[in-house]
Amino acid sequence: MNDWPSGFLGGVLIGCSAVLLLWSIGRIAGISGIASGALEGARGDRAWRVAFLVGMMLAGALALQYVPAPPRAQTGPAALLIVAGFLVGFGTRIGNGCTSGHGVCGLGRFSRRSLAAVITFMAAAMATTFAMRHVAGFAG
Amino acid sequence: MNRAVLAALGSGALFGAGLAISTMTDRSVVLGFLDVFGDWDPTLAFVMGGAVAVTAIAFRLVLRRVGPVLGGEFHVPANDVIDRRLITGAAIFGIGWGLAGFCPGPALVGAAAGLVDAWFFLPAMVAGSFIAGRLAR
Repeated sequence: MNDWPSGFLGGVLIGCSAVLLLWSIGRIAGISGIASGALEGARGDRAWRVAFLVGMMLAGALALQYVPAPPRAQTGPAALLIVAGFLVGFGTRIGNGCTSGHGVCGLGRFSRRSLAAVITFMAAAMATTFAMRHVAGFAG
Repeated sequence: MNRAVLAALGSGALFGAGLAISTMTDRSVVLGFLDVFGDWDPTLAFVMGGAVAVTAIAFRLVLRRVGPVLGGEFHVPANDVIDRRLITGAAIFGIGWGLAGFCPGPALVGAAAGLVDAWFFLPAMVAGSFIAGRLAR
């Protein structure tokens, strides 16, 4: 655990991805927005979104075959994962962004709005993890 | 395939590789960062730091251009208003993120890589987004 050099290197790649997308086609690399637009957006605006998501999923899944510490195939309680997934989908749609759109891109643009979002979701996530692990005593 | 679609494919591939290399698809690493009062794992801070170091410098240079190199215009949010909707959405997202340790990118890559956890998480995420989109109308 705590493999910070890999974290930093991976982070730089994510930053380069966001720069490439803005430089080439003028789009913000926010995953929640790209995904919801790919499924529900205007027809003429879907191809680049689908291409981005396909590239991300294929390259990510491929890279995971070669990283030194691939994620363990742990299985959390299904109900917890489903509730969590619903809240993530719902909240990112209402708040117009997630860790990539508000975090990687919004902070890079020095957006006040994105900074407020990042502080809010970080605080809410830390409070939730605290409650889960140290109040409810859930280890997962 | 036109050049814009190819550029998006390449950008997505970089993003996915970055998520995999940075260990962000491992939700225990993410939860380890969020658990500030436990055995704290700072990895996510280095990921975010590395990514924002690049965008903070390069976005500025890119946005000096008249438009993107492959044509069209920059689609950068003009809205910088902090309203209740933004904070409510971010808080709801944060609660879900803190419960499972998945945000949208890692959930998509995890699902593609065969992580069973992501298979439960992802359809619920799509449903949540869809319902929020309906309610907003």
